[in-house]
Amino acid sequence: MAPKVVLVTGCSRFLGGHLVARFAADPDVERVLGVDTEPPSRDLLRRMGRAEFVRADIRNPLIAKVVASARVDTVVHASVTADPGGPGGRSVMKEMNVIGTMQLLAACQKSPHVRKLVVKSTSAVYGSSSRDPAVFTEDMGPKDLPSSGYAKDAVEVEGYVRGFARRRPDVVVTALRFTNFIGPRIDTVLTRYFALPVVPTIMGYDARVQLLHSADALAVLERAARHDLPGVFNVGGDGVLLLSQAIRRAGRLPLPVPSAAVPVVGRVFRSARLVDFSPDQLRFLNWGRVVDTGLLKREFGFTPRWTTRQAFDDYVHGRGLRPLIDPGLVESVERGVLDAAARLR
Amino acid sequence: MTADREERLAEFLAFVRRRLRGEYEVDEFGFDADLTDHLLMPPLRPLYEKWFRVDTTGVHHVPATGGALIVANHSGTLPLDGVMTAYAVRAEHPAGRHLRMLGADLVFKTPVLGALARKSGQTLACTPDADRLLRAGELVGVWPEGFKGIGKPFKDRYKLQRFGRGGFVSAALNAGVPIIPCAIVGAEEIYPKIGDVKALARLFGLPYFPVTPFFPLLGPLGAVPLPSKWYIEFGEPIPTDGFGEHAADDPMLVFNLTDQVRETIQQTLYRLLTQRRNVFSG
Repeated sequence: MAPKVVLVTGCSRFLGGHLVARFAADPDVERVLGVDTEPPSRDLLRRMGRAEFVRADIRNPLIAKVVASARVDTVVHASVTADPGGPGGRSVMKEMNVIGTMQLLAACQKSPHVRKLVVKSTSAVYGSSSRDPAVFTEDMGPKDLPSSGYAKDAVEVEGYVRGFARRRPDVVVTALRFTNFIGPRIDTVLTRYFALPVVPTIMGYDARVQLLHSADALAVLERAARHDLPGVFNVGGDGVLLLSQAIRRAGRLPLPVPSAAVPVVGRVFRSARLVDFSPDQLRFLNWGRVVDTGLLKREFGFTPRWTTRQAFDDYVHGRGLRPLIDPGLVESVERGVLDAAARLR
Repeated sequence: MTADREERLAEFLAFVRRRLRGEYEVDEFGFDADLTDHLLMPPLRPLYEKWFRVDTTGVHHVPATGGALIVANHSGTLPLDGVMTAYAVRAEHPAGRHLRMLGADLVFKTPVLGALARKSGQTLACTPDADRLLRAGELVGVWPEGFKGIGKPFKDRYKLQRFGRGGFVSAALNAGVPIIPCAIVGAEEIYPKIGDVKALARLFGLPYFPVTPFFPLLGPLGAVPLPSKWYIEFGEPIPTDGFGEHAADDPMLVFNLTDQVRETIQQTLYRLLTQRRNVFSG
């Protein structure tokens, strides 16, 4: 069933905002509501066009009035985030993620008009440990249940979503477990991390990293909202980059930090407002994570246009990251050595 | 400088350039073929050819394409038998296949070693990973005795330990790939384990802390493996595709196949041992 009235949470962030803009550009959609606690940037607001921005806190029961009075039929819950960003830091982030989801789902449950719910979750729900299988499928659980941070939030959010699906079997519920986003314009912990001139890594470990281009992420969210595709799906680009390989492709220098010093270095980077890694994200840098996207391709009917490597290269070019070691220099040294060897003959 | 050397230099420089720029492929298990072939495999050659003088037979039993599961006996305190088998398959098989080995979680937990293991094509010994590799048509190697095999005392040499719970047979049945029994002689003698310091093992979180005639007595020098003469024999493949769809759920069949593989390896070991006159000269 095509959506008539769409509500998108987290519309002041990249994905939510651009999703609102896409629905606003579609004349078949009658009303588009974007909800967030902070107004979107001017550029994003302009893109959103005729969409209505509702400045509301989804932790507040007021959201139920918005959902009911606008007769919303499709809810895209895209505000669950790993980025503490705001002034409240981590505890506010957790409240927004978990309590916000509870309130939003309560509002959806009350409103008879709601027909579809799309939830942006994360592959972080699988955790990250040395005992993991190499590739996670949707039916697997985490080996070590994430004990804090974003991953735990997402596990709890998915739990509430399952409860909601039981109580409202008439609503089509899609949960999307995204890998880390990357792209020239999206701003995430990872995009800030790779932009550091010297990138700290954990000594002796090399994580497998799977990425998803932000354009593919948008396309998946939009497809989920427009079509009836119930279920839980992993969403990630094809292929894998090793953390060390990604750092080299971005032309950065890795700085291996002994495991014991990682918390200290993490705090330094946080207080310097460079990158804010939570413990579960640090575990990700340690072990990495790869998910199987067979279900996405077969049942959801979507194949990401960008592989992990292409998406990462697009980010590197888009950000204009200049390699610290000039590629021309590497080539000229290579030629020089070969010439010298030829002369020796 | 000869043209041959020049070519090798050019190849090496191209390798360094690829590494610096990150221009290489890594698969979803973390396997880095470029690194394995150019940096990890070459130093194994003298060990394989000169030190252990490995005599590999029956390579023709290993299929040139498609999934297959190599099952071998485990011994030697340190898993050099795995490393040598991987080198044998890569260097002696006409198709030059990479052996994707299944390792214990201790390997992947350990810094440096864990990362290196993944890059050289190993992954955690668990059903989903084995299934995935076999279905992708990879050649998978497994040492079902695990720590019980590799860490057994020297007096128990060449006595096969229990073959786990037969998980490897289920994986092969699920994917319908042949099982290739593989017997390795010589690895038992590289570090004769005559003692085990349990307290130190607990302290370091290891399954055992070996005492050999030279370790820890001679310190790092004791870590040099004894130059025993090795034999690796790949046996006739045991097909697993004729048992129907739910064969892996039939515990009796799984036990029988496990026993069959284990017996085949044990008999091959006995035969190779009776042919061997001397541990070091073969």
